[in-house]
Amino acid sequence: MELLTRTEKWDITYRHALGEVASWFYTQIRDHKKIYGKKDFKSNRVLVPPRAFSDETLEPTKDWVEVGPEGVIECFTIVYQAFKNLPDPPYAFGYVMLKGADTAIGGYFKGIDLTDGAKAAKQLAIGTPVITRFAEKRVGDALDFWFEVKE
Amino acid sequence: MKIPKVGIIGIGQSHFKAKRQDANYPELVREAVKLAMEDAKIDFDEIEAIVYSLAPDALLGIGNAERLGVDAVSAKNKRFMRINTGGSTGISSLAAAHSHIAAGACDVVLVAGADKVGECGDSQTILNKIWDPTYERALPLGTINMLAMSAVRYMHKYGMTEEDMAQIVVKNRAHSALNPHAHLRELTSVDEVMKSRMISWPIKLFDACPQSSGGCSVILASEKYIKDRGLDAVWITGVGHSTESYYLGDRMGKHFTADHADAHALSEACYKSYKMAGVVDPLKEIDVAELYSPFSNTEFHAIEAAGLAKLGQSPKMLSEGYFKIGGPNPVNPSGGVLCTNAIAVTAMVRVAEVALQVWGRAGAHQVKGAKKGIASGNGGDHQFFGAMVVES
Repeated sequence: MELLTRTEKWDITYRHALGEVASWFYTQIRDHKKIYGKKDFKSNRVLVPPRAFSDETLEPTKDWVEVGPEGVIECFTIVYQAFKNLPDPPYAFGYVMLKGADTAIGGYFKGIDLTDGAKAAKQLAIGTPVITRFAEKRVGDALDFWFEVKE
Repeated sequence: MKIPKVGIIGIGQSHFKAKRQDANYPELVREAVKLAMEDAKIDFDEIEAIVYSLAPDALLGIGNAERLGVDAVSAKNKRFMRINTGGSTGISSLAAAHSHIAAGACDVVLVAGADKVGECGDSQTILNKIWDPTYERALPLGTINMLAMSAVRYMHKYGMTEEDMAQIVVKNRAHSALNPHAHLRELTSVDEVMKSRMISWPIKLFDACPQSSGGCSVILASEKYIKDRGLDAVWITGVGHSTESYYLGDRMGKHFTADHADAHALSEACYKSYKMAGVVDPLKEIDVAELYSPFSNTEFHAIEAAGLAKLGQSPKMLSEGYFKIGGPNPVNPSGGVLCTNAIAVTAMVRVAEVALQVWGRAGAHQVKGAKKGIASGNGGDHQFFGAMVVES
């Protein structure tokens, strides 16, 4: 028998409040090209991206600590498959431990030829030093910065 | 405190496929429930509560689809709750049902659900939405690239190769070829896996699970109910759950409590279930394992978390034949998640498959003489973990 289908599409807009901590963090990136973490004094960890409270001690974090712009790659992947509503491949992204931080932050890796995956993977190996780069036009968003392998 | 024994008395699962054009969502749930009820040979009146297994709504495209599912599980005038812990939803649902019975609140509980991931075919776009909009949503995170990054760390730490990953696929496809319920059932080779297109380095198409449609249902009952009626059953003797913190970036670098290479909280879940079941040496005592592994690389850290290999040793043991049917510690004799992933019920299928194994009812993929097994489930951003020991 003929089996019928019905096409449905979800298209919903949200306006998420970022809160005080993330708002300050992004403002520093936007206005001063600086990345900050927040310190949990009980565990002595500098959390990057900054959080209002520590997941380990449940205490509020206190002082802001400037981190980076240097760092090392902690993990990466290079995406070659297109997914709907996600960027056109190929692209590389992953996590970087910025200087002075105790947790890694996510971002794109740029300036690498991604044509040959295995070759690009070697250039992005864990432990590779990177530098943070900032977009010329910044809007206060996670895409205002990315990482490039340090020469 | 001694936790009362809880038995499994009925199991039903679909023949999983990419799409099921012949059945809408509640009809698919009903299909699994009907099979489980026939297996248990009891009437609906005997069911006192239903735990409904349903992962993120958007995968199905129906908001709070448990509302629709109520009729498919005959929940009218009964206790009903929905569970959602992402990929581990199915094993979390079974744990909730187990608690209903172990606490003495109910004697018979039905667990059921279904998924139609293939109707969307765009699961990574949906799964990108599980990330925090404040800091991480702007990145193209999804479950494939999240676990590709785990592979990168595992490679760095233990020297796993892409060929090691391919060997997992070859093993699991050899298993799924024997399992009529599995979605991907064609045999493959290391060469074919290596030549499949790159998705997210180092995960290739063949290293990744399919988007499956189908349902699963399991009926649990108290020891008293089972013995009073002389029913056939296998027993859940161990239940363990554990959770990892949210941020992936906290699982690397300095001072972390869990490395994203490994599955620390899964290990905690497995060992909690072993402790409850009195399992001291899993390598010797566990006859069969169904470990939630949607990508080839994650089966390695799952095997290690379940205590079937030391950290970093599972690729070598795989190459020596340890984890295939007929080997000393068969892992995923059903073909596992790598061959079938109807997300809402995938972790339930793990328990169902171990139950069938220790029952001696697994058919062509039966592990000979299996008496005790472990099943696991992973959900969230490698975050919510559950494990169950099932024995005959």
